[in-house]
Amino acid sequence: MSDLSNATPAPLGGAASGTPAVEMDGIVKTFGPVTANAGATLSVGAGEIHALVGENGAGKSTLMRVLGGGFAPDAGTVRVLGRDVTGWSTQDAIRAGVGIVHQHFMLVPTLTVAENVVLGSEPRRGLQLDGRRALDEVRALSERSGLRVPADRTVAELSVGEAQRVEILKTLYRGARILVLDEPTAVLSPPEVEELWTVLRRMRGEGATIVIITHKLDEVMAISDRITVMRHGRTVERLATADTTPTEIARAMVGRDVVLPSFTSDAVKAAGEGALQVRDLTVRDARGVTVVDSVSFDVAPGEILGIAGVEGNGQTELLEALAGLRAAVGGVVRIDGRDVGGTSVRRRADAGLSHIPEDRHRRGLILDYSVADNLVLGQQHHFARRGVMDRAAVARNAAEKVAAFDIRPPSAALPARALSGGNQQKIVIAREMGRDFRVLLAAQPTRGVDVGAIEFIHGQLREARAAGKAVLLVSADLQEVLALADRVAVMYGGRFVAVLPRAAASEEVLGRYMTGAQPRNDA
Amino acid sequence: MTTTALPASEPRPRGAVRAALEETLLPPVVALLIALVIGDLLILAFGQSPAAVYRLLLEGTWGNAYGLGQVLYKTTTLTFTGLAVAIGLRAGVFNIGAESQLAAGGCAAALVGLALPAGVPGLLAVPLCIAAAALGGGAVGAVPGVLKAKFGAHEVIVTIMLNFVVLALLNWFVASKLHVPETLHTPEIHTGAVPRLSDAAAAFHGSAANATLAVALLAAVAMGFYLFRTRRGYELRAVGLQPDAAEYGGVSAGGVWIRALMLSGAIAGVGGINYVLGYKHYYEEGFAGGAGFLGIAVALVGRNHPGGVVLAALLFATLSQGGLAIHALVPKQMVEVFQAVVILAVAVSVPEVRRVLLSARRVQA
Amino acid sequence: MSVIALLAQVLRIAVPYLFAAGGGVLAERSGIVSLGLEGFMLSGAFCAAVGDYYSGSAWVGLLCGILGGLLFGLLHAVATIRYRADQVVVGIAINLLVIGLTRFFLRLAFDSSSNSPRIAGFEGGGPLSGWLAGAGPMIPLGLLVIPAVAWLVYRTPFGLRLRAVGEHPAAADSLGVPVARVRYVAVALSGALAAMGGVYLALDQHQFTDQMTAGRGYIALAAIIFGRWNPLRAGVACLLFAGAETLQIQMQGTQAIPSQFVSMIPYLLTIVALAGVVGRANPPAALGKAE
Repeated sequence: MSDLSNATPAPLGGAASGTPAVEMDGIVKTFGPVTANAGATLSVGAGEIHALVGENGAGKSTLMRVLGGGFAPDAGTVRVLGRDVTGWSTQDAIRAGVGIVHQHFMLVPTLTVAENVVLGSEPRRGLQLDGRRALDEVRALSERSGLRVPADRTVAELSVGEAQRVEILKTLYRGARILVLDEPTAVLSPPEVEELWTVLRRMRGEGATIVIITHKLDEVMAISDRITVMRHGRTVERLATADTTPTEIARAMVGRDVVLPSFTSDAVKAAGEGALQVRDLTVRDARGVTVVDSVSFDVAPGEILGIAGVEGNGQTELLEALAGLRAAVGGVVRIDGRDVGGTSVRRRADAGLSHIPEDRHRRGLILDYSVADNLVLGQQHHFARRGVMDRAAVARNAAEKVAAFDIRPPSAALPARALSGGNQQKIVIAREMGRDFRVLLAAQPTRGVDVGAIEFIHGQLREARAAGKAVLLVSADLQEVLALADRVAVMYGGRFVAVLPRAAASEEVLGRYMTGAQPRNDA
Repeated sequence: MTTTALPASEPRPRGAVRAALEETLLPPVVALLIALVIGDLLILAFGQSPAAVYRLLLEGTWGNAYGLGQVLYKTTTLTFTGLAVAIGLRAGVFNIGAESQLAAGGCAAALVGLALPAGVPGLLAVPLCIAAAALGGGAVGAVPGVLKAKFGAHEVIVTIMLNFVVLALLNWFVASKLHVPETLHTPEIHTGAVPRLSDAAAAFHGSAANATLAVALLAAVAMGFYLFRTRRGYELRAVGLQPDAAEYGGVSAGGVWIRALMLSGAIAGVGGINYVLGYKHYYEEGFAGGAGFLGIAVALVGRNHPGGVVLAALLFATLSQGGLAIHALVPKQMVEVFQAVVILAVAVSVPEVRRVLLSARRVQA
Repeated sequence: MSVIALLAQVLRIAVPYLFAAGGGVLAERSGIVSLGLEGFMLSGAFCAAVGDYYSGSAWVGLLCGILGGLLFGLLHAVATIRYRADQVVVGIAINLLVIGLTRFFLRLAFDSSSNSPRIAGFEGGGPLSGWLAGAGPMIPLGLLVIPAVAWLVYRTPFGLRLRAVGEHPAAADSLGVPVARVRYVAVALSGALAAMGGVYLALDQHQFTDQMTAGRGYIALAAIIFGRWNPLRAGVACLLFAGAETLQIQMQGTQAIPSQFVSMIPYLLTIVALAGVVGRANPPAALGKAE
């Protein structure tokens, strides 16, 4: 099934001139009540680098999944090199030379680069795997495409950039002539990005067609020939890169003019002002990559500091480090002036830190525990007397919180699993905000909850501010950040690239910073 | 899109408690039914009538005082090993080492029993022996706990390997230091005997049932209290269900694993009392006789609940004893097949029942 | 005792380990925990005895033994792959099941609770017939198993897919590798190979006896882990463990070191290896995961 006849790499040839490599017309794709694509169109000329841009949730990835055979469209047609291929399968797409490089790598770390590349369509010699030929072919392919990788090393030894090149090689090995890259630079360092551009240009030179999904405008300007802009599931603009400007693209993306302010506010306040003080906090991930890069800021009592940013820019790790769930390699964290660096989750909680985690199903709740038991998670030591849980106190606490936070159905004995997403989140909110705390870390507090619950949760956060609490809010939803925050910090590449007072922050401005724009220093 | 709303498969609140009960109770029931069918086939293969065999099985176990006494004796050991496996599984760790922990506990109890001067009152000697048994088993249980928490060594492999190491060590120790010549056991203990059931009711004469059964039931109650009423129990179950959420709640998974495996070993160790103080009054090589492995079956069928474990222990003890009774009609080994089929069927039906229930609910919704 | 005789003894002890470890490596590298080796071996021994007894041919015995192991391998595979049952529990259940079934059918077929009647073995032992009498093809086969498994794992397309499936099934799947099918083949093969170890025992002793594998499946598992899931290193571990056992037998009566201490060497070494004291022991990443 997976044995492609063309195990030898096909040349990176394009189509007959004139026929577009990809033509998608009127693509509609809905998921239940959510419309991801509402009549999107895309036309990619053979041998060009085409940027598909748009904000989070504009429908770019869905459109590309339709192209790659991952989804069948509800309506519309897909043509590849002039042939109608609407509704084809992933295998069909691979066979026809369409290769998709996903954001998340699909590599076997213990196998060598060559083995990863040939897996599933291995060159054979008799019964054997022809390891030498695999190595030679991958080396030749690497040479020809400019995707420099050590073919005989295991993937575990590679850098992220090299791993990405292996992913691209995998598609080329299977004869891809149309290559789709989904947010390829999200994980790369600037030099690696440059190298990727060189490779992509070279592939274009050999006739390959490339579609690159991104929302970073500097990248669009640097690499693409033509641009398709999507908004709310529709194609809103088609531009030639040479004839446009970042401002014009940004306007098409958000539908309004965007002006970057020329001033930022200070992240760090005068000494003693912050209920939460963070200085030079640095966090590395399991691979040793710096994901939070010496971040400093204060959150004052009675203030909400919002952190905006595309996901994966270090927000998750920052909050985990503040909560004591992840070790920091350097920096200071103070709660109410007390240094809590290196202390346990429980110590920080007792020092006045509350935490609404971003993933309530994995972290925030024990789904098989009752609502009542979940309402004491992290506080269980305060609900025990001589090691025995004080069931009356747990029940009292549950009754209070269920009523005060309107958790429905109002039955504390139900397992948390049985509640709706909004009510599950209310359990977390009730537990973390229904007690005496000084600092609140709120990560994606309204993710996946219904409108009524969103309103309620926003109300709670505002009340906390009014009550003099310091709130650090991380949200992928810009409107939420703008609706609640007093100051907004933008996180990009593990750093705070801008900290703006609310008055200077707008969706457009934040969007620019989130895509890596630098503030102008002409104030 | 960032919708993480409830998938359609989630039960609605009203039926949630019932659904959880179904998910818990159905697998053992299904498994027993499957095992019964296969048991029937085996009996028929031997040219006998299943009804006759099952009648004989019941008569030989619950039908007379001696049989019942033997069932209760076997229930006692299986309750301990079943509880031991269950408390580990509640914390998300699989203790395959109950076999050697049971032996280590028995040996430790025998040592203390032998060391105590004659004339020490039973009220002092028995608790001392029990404490020694718990220590012995707990020490064996601590090894995989520490290795898992500190080095990430998988407890399944460590406990399996440790079974062989500990049993060999005990054999060497008893063979070279303590044994009665020409036997594989220690001298008889004269202090700290646990009263036999036959002391109270003469009908049970000859059966090995003894007051350790009360200790087993007490242990089940204590474990239920620990798991469901104490803070440590709250934290232990949290680690077993969702380690990430437990960590968020300030609980260290490594600490819980060590504690759970030590407790597990200690409970299995106390099980050694049943044989050493209640029955033979000496430690003998190989007395565990597979009860540790059967404890896995007991915990599985009892769904890791102390009450369920006691019932499952009773079931497996009845089967073991019943094997002897049915021997006139079919080989007693049929019972071993039956027990293995129950384990296999429970293992298969736990995920399968969940899947079937989910899709059934989806159709309703 | 001559050196050759000693080596022959090591070999005779090692052969069942080599078969079982060779099979177990395949299952474990595909991501399925291999606790059922003991049961596979025992089933092979019993089926070989039955086949041999009724046909009078050791070859028929060998064939029956392989089929028996294949059957239980498939049972293991269906339970863990199709039904996603807990792999540890299934392995233990299979071991208990085979013990029970062999005892049951021992009664049914031979009306005995302990052993089968005498069965024919293989004739001759090749150039070393003096020391390896009656082993027939089993010792050469046993010596071939490890290189053959290593070849399969490291030199064939199937082996590459096997390793990928055990490490990162989703990645393998995304390239069209049929994950479940690869695992079925690996686990069934592990049953057949381990069973050959049991066949050797039965033919060598000219009968089947109750629980005659006596924990050898677990020693093979220890060898796999001690060999860090590499077939060649696992093979070396098998020889090492067999060497220790030979030593134990030779020293019986000398009282220099208690035999129990020698017999625990494989298990102790495995625990030490798992704790990472001697280099890191990295199991296949997807080992034991339902998916």
